[in-house]
Amino acid sequence: MEYLIGIQGPDFVLVAADNVAASSIIQMKHDYDKMFKLSEKILLLCVGEAGDTVQFAEYIQKNVQLYKMRNGYELSPAAAANFTRKNLADYLRSRTPYHVNLLLAGYDDTDGPGLYYMDYLSSLAKAPFAAHGYGLNKRFILNLPSFTVRLIDKEGIHDLEKLTLGTK
Amino acid sequence: MAARYDRAITVFSPDGHLFQVEYAQEAVKKGSTAVGIRGKDIVVLGVEKKSVAKLQEERTVRKICALDEHVCMAFAGIPDNTADARIVINRARVECQSHRLTVEDPVTVEYITRYIATLKQRYTQSNGRRPFGISALIVGFDYDGTPRLYQTDPSGTYHAWKANAIGRSAKTVREFLEKNYTEEAIAGDNEAIKLAIKALLEVVQSGGKNIELAVIRRNQPLKILESKEIETLVTEIEKEKEEEAEKKKQKKST
Repeated sequence: MEYLIGIQGPDFVLVAADNVAASSIIQMKHDYDKMFKLSEKILLLCVGEAGDTVQFAEYIQKNVQLYKMRNGYELSPAAAANFTRKNLADYLRSRTPYHVNLLLAGYDDTDGPGLYYMDYLSSLAKAPFAAHGYGLNKRFILNLPSFTVRLIDKEGIHDLEKLTLGTK
Repeated sequence: MAARYDRAITVFSPDGHLFQVEYAQEAVKKGSTAVGIRGKDIVVLGVEKKSVAKLQEERTVRKICALDEHVCMAFAGIPDNTADARIVINRARVECQSHRLTVEDPVTVEYITRYIATLKQRYTQSNGRRPFGISALIVGFDYDGTPRLYQTDPSGTYHAWKANAIGRSAKTVREFLEKNYTEEAIAGDNEAIKLAIKALLEVVQSGGKNIELAVIRRNQPLKILESKEIETLVTEIEKEKEEEAEKKKQKKST
């Protein structure tokens, strides 16, 4: 079970994701990064069906970069979130929907920090805190061993210390 | 003879000319000059900026465009043929991102030049279309850090250059470059930039005000120089010219 969490502060957004890449009962990787950098101040956290996650996230990532090349400035987090949701919605009623759950975290120079919750049915909600998954540590069959933590503020994206709680 | 074989683009003339393509190349010779220089750790693009009409906002006329973070291009065509260029630039930008998506690597300058050249060639062989009336100078750094400069023309051919110019008076500028492009002339970043400005000053009327300059340094994004920086460099160049003239005079008199 994968886990994502985001918390919006007064002038930052804090996000964390677990590091497990699993295939049925086997842990393939325990150092897998589920965060995709869309631009200097926007991160997309993506979990869900294997393959769909990377495919969809990279597609959004490259389109955000294309916007920057075409227009000379980056998409705001709100615009990026809506663009992502629109893509999810368009694919939902096609023969090839993407089964991904997302958190988009970003810092807008005018509007400040923002955290957006999206799920595979392309719902979109701007929230002060949000999560996908259970993230339990003790009473769960699969304990998640470690989490990547990142902070976004007006300076950009910063890596924080990796949390390794499940080793006990 | 030309009159009967130049209407449709896809028709060869009896003596082997594609007149539409040649006319497109003539159109390029009417555009404002652009010059490109490949240095050791820097690539420079300079264009002659047309003086804007009194009521026109200055910043809306841009002739140097970034295609990706490590590649940019300048173009020359029928006065301000930004329309044709916009199409080419847009397709190139999408291709740069598409390449990154499929192979997870940024494009090499040669790849994107080849893509643009292929695009232009396709328009010389399709029915009902005319060629793009622009030549482009494409500069950038490859992933391994090598600087590159390529030139494309309306026929769809492309070549790599150490330094080149396109547009009006391209011949004059190219001759200047042939004389002055030496290892020491491009030894440093500043020298390469000054060489580009010197080359443009040969053909641009009123000096620094009508020059737009952009540079890419290795591992750094495109930087468009502000008019203040250009003015400083122009004054430096003029001072150097005077010092050269002084030295020559002294040599003559001794």
